[in-house]
Amino acid sequence: MTPNDTLIGAGFADPVFQSQGAFRALLAALSEPGLACDLGDAVVPPAGLEPATAVALLTLADYETPIWLPAALRDGPAGAWLRFHCGAALVDDPAKAAFAVIDGAATEPKLAAFNAGDDQFPDRSTTVLVQCAGLDGGEAVTLEGPGIAGQRSIAPTGLRPAFWAEVEDNAAVYPLGVDVLLVHGAQVLGLPRSTQIVEIR
Amino acid sequence: MTVHQSISDETRPAYNYAYLDEQTKRMIRRALLKAVAIPGYQVPFGSREMPLARGWGTGGIQVTAAIIGPDDTLKVIDQGADDTTNAVSIRRFFERTADARTTEATDEATIIQTRHRIPEAPLKAGQIMVYQVPQPEPLRKLEPHEAETRKMHAWAEYGLMQVKLYENIARFGEVTTTYDYPVMVNGRYVMAPSPIPKFDNPKMQMSPALQLFGAGREKRIYAVPPHTSVRSLDFDDHPFRIQSWEQPCALCGAADSYLDEVVIDDQGGRMFVCSDSHHCETRRAEGHRGAMLADASALHLVEDEAKP
Repeated sequence: MTPNDTLIGAGFADPVFQSQGAFRALLAALSEPGLACDLGDAVVPPAGLEPATAVALLTLADYETPIWLPAALRDGPAGAWLRFHCGAALVDDPAKAAFAVIDGAATEPKLAAFNAGDDQFPDRSTTVLVQCAGLDGGEAVTLEGPGIAGQRSIAPTGLRPAFWAEVEDNAAVYPLGVDVLLVHGAQVLGLPRSTQIVEIR
Repeated sequence: MTVHQSISDETRPAYNYAYLDEQTKRMIRRALLKAVAIPGYQVPFGSREMPLARGWGTGGIQVTAAIIGPDDTLKVIDQGADDTTNAVSIRRFFERTADARTTEATDEATIIQTRHRIPEAPLKAGQIMVYQVPQPEPLRKLEPHEAETRKMHAWAEYGLMQVKLYENIARFGEVTTTYDYPVMVNGRYVMAPSPIPKFDNPKMQMSPALQLFGAGREKRIYAVPPHTSVRSLDFDDHPFRIQSWEQPCALCGAADSYLDEVVIDDQGGRMFVCSDSHHCETRRAEGHRGAMLADASALHLVEDEAKP
């Protein structure tokens, strides 16, 4: 065991204002889907989490919100870091999670494995943070829906081949469905369930 | 949790920044993100006791407290006016608890908390409207049970609302609802736009600003993201219409703003003035003059910019 496995890094130095700033970026990301928003570099993330993933979870997660992590992250420093700073439970069942972090390139779990809410409480769905290799330079995907004037094009990279089909299936069950945040570095890009995929080139 | 004391005076209580504790803010922020992802759907949230009575804008205040930061400029209006009791006390609340920079100018504000109006000046991208909502459930007067209205929203069963509008037309020849006029958001949820006059409903359609709604007593938060379809319910043969007035504003001469009727004596005299006080002042400063501006100015009720 190296020292890094046992030492838990610092969280926000200034929780009130850093979480407020990060929340406004997240609010902008979900209210204007496809727009990359900067969450800043307020924390040094534990191994396995992108900086924006760590900031987003510090801002939003607490003892009320179970988090699902891939097994390697859950048992590593990332799991310990989130348990310590957020006080959040780490769950094994994706359907029980309020927040989830997945690797965009991994084939499992599918978006459909997470909680899509129920028809009377669609807000009880999982918010899925998808860590990917980049938010531009990939194949162009055209989006449409609330928060977008006309259409908006994004081109994230490092996503599994079937990812966009899963996002389409997720949008098809609107108003149910998970809300996706694509994360790379300090940046986050929102794909709420209300966003439709128009074209993939 | 770190307590941020923005007021250096040791005798004052050490509130957290923007009054709410951080755990409450996180809960409200999560509700806001879900509300934005499901436009028009009412997200339940754990509304807190605030230092003023429910019904005085506690929902809007909690939403504003959860989003406001040091970079924001806050405008608060009550029925369009910046200088009425509710607006003044909420503005002072945030000046004291969040060191908020406040303004009366619509175009300078990043957050506009409002009771029952949308400003006349067009909203811009990046601005956030926060509405104070007394009754978030548009179907409540038709169906008193929450368990039933929840199912009606879940299954998009909005026939009852159309029947209500139809009965209005059958009885009176037109829809008589003039405020809190129900809207369909993103083609899915029927939503109460809060008691804004129906005059303001078209301003919500495809607005570039983000619109957040907080109902403190009823413990609901909902939202309309920018560029979202907000359609007022109507019928093909009875299209939605907004109010109009036969005379322009008596102070600034505006013919396209929402006017309040003001009784000015006990002889039946009355005048119509802009409900949006900042809009009216801006127009007067630009030299627009209404029919009764000279009289009102002589009585020192308003300032007449054109006078030397």
